[in-house]
Amino acid sequence: MEKYTGKSIFSGVAIGPVLYYGKKEEQVKRYKVEDTAAEIERYDKARQQAIEDLGVLHDDAVKKVGEENAAIFEVHAMLLEDDDFNDSIHNTIETQKVNAEYAAALAGDNFSKMFSEMDDDYFKARAADMKDISERVIKVLSGKKDSGTIDEPVIIVADDLMPSETVQLDKEKVLAFATQYGSANSHTAILARTMNIPALINIPADPSWDGRMAVVDGHTGTFILDPDPDVLEEMKALRDKDNEERKLLQELKGKDNVTLDGKKINLFANIGGLKDVAAVLQNDGGGIGLFRSEFIYLGREDLPDEETQFKIYKSVAETMAGRLVVIRTLDIGADKQVDYLGLDKEDNPALGFRAIRICLTRPKIFRTQLRALFRASAFGNIAIMYPMITSIEEVRRIKEIVASVKSELDADGIKYGDVQQGIMVETPAAALITDELAKEVDFFSIGTNDLTQYTLAMDRQNSKLDSFYQPHHPAILKLIQMTIENGHKGGAWVGICGELGADTSLTETFIQMGVDELSVSPSMILPVREAIRKSHAKR
Amino acid sequence: MKTFKYVITDPVGIHARPAGQLVAAAKKYASNVDIELNGKSASAKKLINLMSLGVKQGNEITVKVEGADEDTAAAELEAWLKANL
Repeated sequence: MEKYTGKSIFSGVAIGPVLYYGKKEEQVKRYKVEDTAAEIERYDKARQQAIEDLGVLHDDAVKKVGEENAAIFEVHAMLLEDDDFNDSIHNTIETQKVNAEYAAALAGDNFSKMFSEMDDDYFKARAADMKDISERVIKVLSGKKDSGTIDEPVIIVADDLMPSETVQLDKEKVLAFATQYGSANSHTAILARTMNIPALINIPADPSWDGRMAVVDGHTGTFILDPDPDVLEEMKALRDKDNEERKLLQELKGKDNVTLDGKKINLFANIGGLKDVAAVLQNDGGGIGLFRSEFIYLGREDLPDEETQFKIYKSVAETMAGRLVVIRTLDIGADKQVDYLGLDKEDNPALGFRAIRICLTRPKIFRTQLRALFRASAFGNIAIMYPMITSIEEVRRIKEIVASVKSELDADGIKYGDVQQGIMVETPAAALITDELAKEVDFFSIGTNDLTQYTLAMDRQNSKLDSFYQPHHPAILKLIQMTIENGHKGGAWVGICGELGADTSLTETFIQMGVDELSVSPSMILPVREAIRKSHAKR
Repeated sequence: MKTFKYVITDPVGIHARPAGQLVAAAKKYASNVDIELNGKSASAKKLINLMSLGVKQGNEITVKVEGADEDTAAAELEAWLKANL
């Protein structure tokens, strides 16, 4: 038995024989040509043929794996039309008087190197595309066909998989992927996610593994070659349990979030940006309970203007098509790197100048965000949520600013929707005055992470406190209970958007406390739905 | 010459597919179309060149259009960027 630890890019367990997907890389031969014009023509013909082939592959792949995965062939066809790429090949043939295969291989290497040296992971991964297109033309030039079919279900092992190779694989016969290279942004990763099969990278793939039994454990990132019988049994049990859970969760898609005694709960998703919206829809999220707007402000040189923000909010609201989207206003403090805000370094940023405190001190930043939010509300069902509230006065000041922003929009003749206004209950102070606060707002969302940190006076990141830290501390549960009761008395609905909201051991407790909404990460929607459907609302 | 600035909102930036579409859009005009980011410049009519700029979400690009049809080209490309990236 041999064990290798790599990096998991999609979880799950697979057991089966290895198919080593070799590059069968015959060195491309370099030879002299006399008639360079004819050789250039030979290249251009092969390139045209490759583009036509890609068109056929694209149409075929759309049917088999959907437009998202098939788009790769369209991109490759466009890359083969690229002037720089073709000029470089023409030039090599002409000046070095060499064959087209060699010139194409050289261009493939050079352009792929250019991408692999880029900083961004997405663009880095495009290096494989450059190799792929060059190899496709070489294949046409040398008259080779695409690799054959697979007979039995296998674990595909390779140094790296070409984007076009992964799409052409017979999906029914692939149990898992394990490669030496690749990234979480590679086509293999995207495909593994679409196919719902485990995939690992950083595994030292070796041709001698071909045909041997292996286990891919996507939970831990482990690859086991020739597993011992007891390990094999253990992994089989894990795989079956895993498959059962997945099946169960798939069955839960489209089902109501309703308790055994008929109480419906809103189950929404927490997101950090536009890119997470797809996962919300895939996992059947009923809305967005927390959209952290910080990401728009991070990683930039200056403040995002109204138009930039408006487009993002509008896009999320439109994609969610009428379902509620709760957007939290800027929640940033000295612990986050946003140089352009010029925040002083603080000894205790968790208790410092942050979130609503910044917004109320620098109303210009706040008003820009509010204008963008209200404008976007004309395109969907947007609610606004304010973080780090500790007093009734803060809420009243926010409401004054909101009223002034609205009258400004009215004066400009800009339409906006009916926007619910709510606050995060994440400080003990807010929780203790929820009776008063409920009269001012439409909803509360309990941020259990900060509420726990502030109530227990413990930094969750400090591992020395692990033995003291009690996530289910009765004080927290009492504050949650109180917030829900006070909210309802004052006519506000109450949700939970912190980590505790996804803690399925507490789902029934929260429902019995009367919670109206739970907002969890997209991947936790179905597990929490399962917990809701097993709960009783009445004690 | 016509110049305008645009901030990319697409989460992965000018990635392969929209880059290809942008090239197709830019090729419709006789004018030269260059895109600049952080002092580097690429032709919007060349896919690999354009992708090698590595334009990400939040980046502000400068688009320079120069040629006989620069007025229409700049206006239409700006609208295209707003709708697609």
